[in-house]
Amino acid sequence: MRVSLTVNGRPRTADGVWPGESLLFVLRERLGLPGSKNACEQGECGSCTVRLDGDLVCACLVAAGQAEGAEVTTVEGLAGPGGDLTPVQRAFLDTGAVQCGFCTPGLIVAAEALVAADLHPSDGDIREALSGNLCRCTGYEAVLAAVRLAAARTAREATAGAETDAR
Amino acid sequence: MTAPDRARPGAGGVGDSAARPDGVRKVIGTFAYSSDLRHDDMLWGHTLRSPHAHARVLAIDTADARAVPGVAAVLTHADLPAATHYGLEITDQPVLAADRVRHHGEPVALVAADHPETARRAAALVRVTYEELPVVHDEATATAPGAPVLHPDRTDAYAARVPHPNVLHRQPVRRGDTAAAAPTADVVVTGDYEIGMQDQAPLGPESGLAVPADDGGIDLYVATQWLHADQRQLAPVLGLPPEKVRITLAGVGGAFGAREDLSVQAHACLLALSTGRPVKMVYNREESFLGHVHRHPARLHYEHGALRDGTLVYVRARIVLDGGAYASSSPAVVGNAASLAIGPYRVPHADIEALALYTNNPPCGAMRGFGAVQACFAYESQMDRLADALGLHPVDVRVRNAVDRGDTMPTGQVIDAPAPAAELLRTVRDRPLPPERPWEPTAPGAAPDLRALPGGLSNTTHGEDVVRGVGYAIGIKNAAYSEGFDDYATARVRLELDGGAPVATVRSAAAEVGQGNVTVQAQVARTELGVTRVVLPPPDTTLGSAGSSSASRQTYMTGGAVRQACAAVRDEVLRIGRERHGWPGGALRLSGGRVLDAAGTPVGTLADVLRDGPVERETVFRHRPTEPFDPVTGQGNGHVQYALCAHRAVVEVDTALGLVKVVELAAAQDVGRAVNPLAVTGQIHGGALQGLGLAVMEEILVGPDGRARNPSFTDYLIPTVLDTPVMPVDILERPDPHAPYGLRGAGEPPTLSSTPAVVAAVRDATGLALRRVPVRPDHLVADRLGTAPED
Ligand code: FES
Ligand code: FES
Repeated sequence: MRVSLTVNGRPRTADGVWPGESLLFVLRERLGLPGSKNACEQGECGSCTVRLDGDLVCACLVAAGQAEGAEVTTVEGLAGPGGDLTPVQRAFLDTGAVQCGFCTPGLIVAAEALVAADLHPSDGDIREALSGNLCRCTGYEAVLAAVRLAAARTAREATAGAETDAR
Repeated sequence: MTAPDRARPGAGGVGDSAARPDGVRKVIGTFAYSSDLRHDDMLWGHTLRSPHAHARVLAIDTADARAVPGVAAVLTHADLPAATHYGLEITDQPVLAADRVRHHGEPVALVAADHPETARRAAALVRVTYEELPVVHDEATATAPGAPVLHPDRTDAYAARVPHPNVLHRQPVRRGDTAAAAPTADVVVTGDYEIGMQDQAPLGPESGLAVPADDGGIDLYVATQWLHADQRQLAPVLGLPPEKVRITLAGVGGAFGAREDLSVQAHACLLALSTGRPVKMVYNREESFLGHVHRHPARLHYEHGALRDGTLVYVRARIVLDGGAYASSSPAVVGNAASLAIGPYRVPHADIEALALYTNNPPCGAMRGFGAVQACFAYESQMDRLADALGLHPVDVRVRNAVDRGDTMPTGQVIDAPAPAAELLRTVRDRPLPPERPWEPTAPGAAPDLRALPGGLSNTTHGEDVVRGVGYAIGIKNAAYSEGFDDYATARVRLELDGGAPVATVRSAAAEVGQGNVTVQAQVARTELGVTRVVLPPPDTTLGSAGSSSASRQTYMTGGAVRQACAAVRDEVLRIGRERHGWPGGALRLSGGRVLDAAGTPVGTLADVLRDGPVERETVFRHRPTEPFDPVTGQGNGHVQYALCAHRAVVEVDTALGLVKVVELAAAQDVGRAVNPLAVTGQIHGGALQGLGLAVMEEILVGPDGRARNPSFTDYLIPTVLDTPVMPVDILERPDPHAPYGLRGAGEPPTLSSTPAVVAAVRDATGLALRRVPVRPDHLVADRLGTAPED
């Protein structure tokens, strides 16, 4: 079958899709976007987290056909066109939240959603928001630090921006 | 001892929290892991595995599988071109089962097809006729009269030394005279302990791409821990000379020992060579659990005798490790368990025996902590029992016996570098404790924060039956390969001009598995050569071996090799500078692309020399030699270096439901020299959390039929961020005079002590004996269920 969708703002089409294929398989193997990872393909690890029409989903649990006509954002679509990292991406590097990095794309997509929704999350809020993303390397301490840092930097920039606007 | 070199802070040298060279690619999603590889025209490989733990293979019929449209090849043992077995040390593992399968999940047939689902479905059509055999699953069944012998034709070096052919290796360690000393002890505590089967569960699945080459050889891109060990095992299996088996490291999504043994390597190459097309193999999570070795489950019996003041008099220990169906690295695991069996304690009399069994359980091999983890759970549980029996604080009984530099291990090896066990224990003990009852609302009338309670958002309690406990533990681990192994690392460093500025290219075959070895190599080059830019091409087998990215050895070994190669490059640059550019003799340093004399005055630049062409050197670095342990007494200088980590765990336990919440897990570790403080802290966090997992949740359940029951992330639980406590870390730097920069291998020690610390805290909270990990809810609520507490 044919699946047409918008990925990271670009219309994309995949042909010859077997109906049992997941959105994750289509992204990785047919559209050349392997940033979303395949650690369990059972919805347990969050490595394949993407946004589907704005909602966080495990791409491995979404049948390819379900994504027909949808807007999908993957980790590849987060950094700016000039390669500028988002505050979340920068914070992951600054705090040492990246070791093997296999969990990183999923964690970053999930953390972006959290920071977009709440610039002052408590530790409990961060833990709750990221509890669907397994990481085997970092012990999560650096990940928590990254989200705190990204939220604080974003909040600071927002305040600075607001002050500039007011002037 | 000379002071270790300090680079300018912030310059990305040794001692800085330098950034990972692969970091940006990892956060934007363009870093290519082994499962991300593609090739036009590639096929997908799939492995058919045995559903039985022990069976005779009577027939294999592949006709239906071959007939599936899209299938390019179906291979069985009959199609193997050359050697039929491989192994890290003992060549006992079949590439594909011939007449017998010895464990659940053993590979039986391979399929290559144009779509992964086609390959899976075709594999399901391979008809294998099995006749099930009795299953050997523990020491009793493995050594019973008439027990099936797993490997009847053993010719390995251990076969002649073991008491039964199903005993893979056995290592005693005897020091002093335990029998004579025993009556002089005032108090004796004995205990039997058990450890379940833990899995490394790296997030990146086993995967790789094999590409047949025009010269009849193969190019393999794969996630592994040791490229050259793969090459050494693969060449005979493929019937190719080693130089035609070219391996390049593809991005690795964690390892922890799971990638020491071959997984997809041989199978992908065989399919590629037989079809003449590139073949990609990617395990799904279930196959990953079945397709790599695990941590050895263990049963341990310990007896400690001590004086009234806590001074240890003697220890007896017997450690039985389940090696599963094939040898993997079990012999070395036995050596570690035996030689580190009593922990970082001075004991004049010791009688230790460690052994590994061949069984029909899933094969076990390397996992972070490698034999020392199992022993540490038992000896630390014993130290707590001793403290209890003597009415001492658990830290006091440990400190009384704690080793330091100059003390002797039970193997007779004298510790000739700092080993501040007492200081580490005091450091974790003296930290302030986290606040009590953290779930209680701070404002009147507010709701409790369920997330801080055992059971969390499940809303199982508001704290009624929740009790707190505190526990301590310390562990000792060797770094690098032991027992006389010729352990070395190769590095090549080239210094040249690029756009007028010096750039260093550092090459090694060291596998970056996430731990940050690439960062360290760049830091070493910056420090030694005074350059900013360092380039690290992907590791491959065209360069000599760097050894394994395991045993906490890679910063020491490849870091040491890069340092040595840089020194050779620097010497050559200075020689040329003196000869051609009139630089002065005496001590010169390289810094910021310039050459400075002892007073810091510039005498020239790297560019002066490099304008005439690059300078390149390749060296092989070896640590000081070690010796095998004596087969009878276990005496010998078997280890290169010892490393210590201590933990204090604070837990809250819901005694009604048996739910545990670890509130805080504080670590103190001596790393000799923190080459990259951020990365070392990350290793301590990650290692500690894996130990916490073993303490309270992680276990592959293997039935008496030898089948793994929970090979999935749904049923094999690894800690989530909600299971993770706050983990403060104290890093000590007490340089090892024998090691590069004074550093000490750091990746494994935190995995040892976190498990017994958490269990000690749960014991403190509940008063239960808890002899087995992982501790399960039913161990904690046995009283209430009307059954006897587990003891
Ligand atoms: S790969 Fe989708 S949740 Fe694990
Ligand atoms: S960094 Fe390796 S799994 Fe998270």
